[in-house]
Amino acid sequence: MIALRLDSSSGVSTYLQLVHQVRQAVLLGVLREGDQLPTVKEVVAELAINPNTVLKAYRELEHEGLAVGRPGVGTFITRTSTAPSPEVQARLRSDLTRWAGRANDAGLDVETMVGMLRSVVNETSRGAVA
Amino acid sequence: MNVVETRSLGRRYGRRWALQQLDLDVPEHAVVGLVGPNGAGKSTLLHLVAGLIDPTEGSVSVLGGTPGSTAVLPDVAFVAQDSPLPKRARVREIASIAAGMNVRWDQAVVDDRLAELRIDESHRAGELSGGQRAQFALALALAKRPKLLLLDEPVASLDPLARRGFLQSLMAAVADGGVTVVFSTHLIDDLQRTCDHLVVLGQGSLLLSGSIDEIVQGHAVLVGPPDRPLPRGCTIVGGHRSVGHQHLVAVSTPVTDPAWQVQTPTLDEIVLAHLALDPEQHPVRHLEVV
Repeated sequence: MIALRLDSSSGVSTYLQLVHQVRQAVLLGVLREGDQLPTVKEVVAELAINPNTVLKAYRELEHEGLAVGRPGVGTFITRTSTAPSPEVQARLRSDLTRWAGRANDAGLDVETMVGMLRSVVNETSRGAVA
Repeated sequence: MNVVETRSLGRRYGRRWALQQLDLDVPEHAVVGLVGPNGAGKSTLLHLVAGLIDPTEGSVSVLGGTPGSTAVLPDVAFVAQDSPLPKRARVREIASIAAGMNVRWDQAVVDDRLAELRIDESHRAGELSGGQRAQFALALALAKRPKLLLLDEPVASLDPLARRGFLQSLMAAVADGGVTVVFSTHLIDDLQRTCDHLVVLGQGSLLLSGSIDEIVQGHAVLVGPPDRPLPRGCTIVGGHRSVGHQHLVAVSTPVTDPAWQVQTPTLDEIVLAHLALDPEQHPVRHLEVV
């Protein structure tokens, strides 16, 4: 089950932070169709926040069609992302980490690295279309 | 039904008015944060609602009855500042005295909390840490299964970890349902997370009250050209936030003038701005009632 957390310095409202986390977890494939979200009481007891905030976030997720509430049972995810599995994403990420390390050693600054990455990504997606 | 209703409520100590002309409605199941500087009247209000003192003028009703009356008393729990407990008494003794004093008592609430907090029943109250004492006092209050829970500065003297533990317990009790909570605090950080309603007092007067969502929506930070008059429906609450022409305003109608850039203020900004205003010249004194 996903553990929700809060960043009190972010300036983003508590309820939106909860919505974003669930949305992102679905996109990344961490949460899949049928997975249960923590109960309101579990979230409240962990984060020390107002229960209405959690209810509001869950209602928003239901409104977006991302989750469905079953009275007396809990709230469940209704969608599975088509994104690659977390394992595949983790492998891709570590490839990128190694590359960033080499680029750093070669003396590239952040801007140049991002620029290089962007141009490679653009070429690749053009290649995929063609 | 409103759990608490006050009308023109006032309380005087000698010549000094601690609270004046207070009109307040607290809806059922709200979690109300009560803020204001020392001497603003927070404790006086809580003591009036608990029925521990009587009003000098005006009225206060709690759950449709008179505060402190036998009809109301079983449904109201009050935790005073610093959770005072007899130091030399043992935890077990205090719990059993409290149980004997109440018509409704859920011993499981106390037992569960003590076990969770690893508090030994044979300890004396004076041996408990600040956090444990506060949690024990909260457990005693919740064992009454109150409809209204009043807490005076419950977390003020606690370290961050104990404070978090206390608020976790309090919010879990709210999640169980059936209880309306009013608690005073100096810590605006905790407010936004834990409360859905807010009451701001200053020098015995009501400065601002309402649901937190409505209060935030009813304010805006406007950034615009220095020579331009404020849009219609806007009243300045706070001055220049930083360099440039910026105002924190209370808005009654949406700002549509494109010359003004509209930003959402944080709750801290709103509360601090209202506290800094002179109560006599307060523009939105009765913006709305909770």
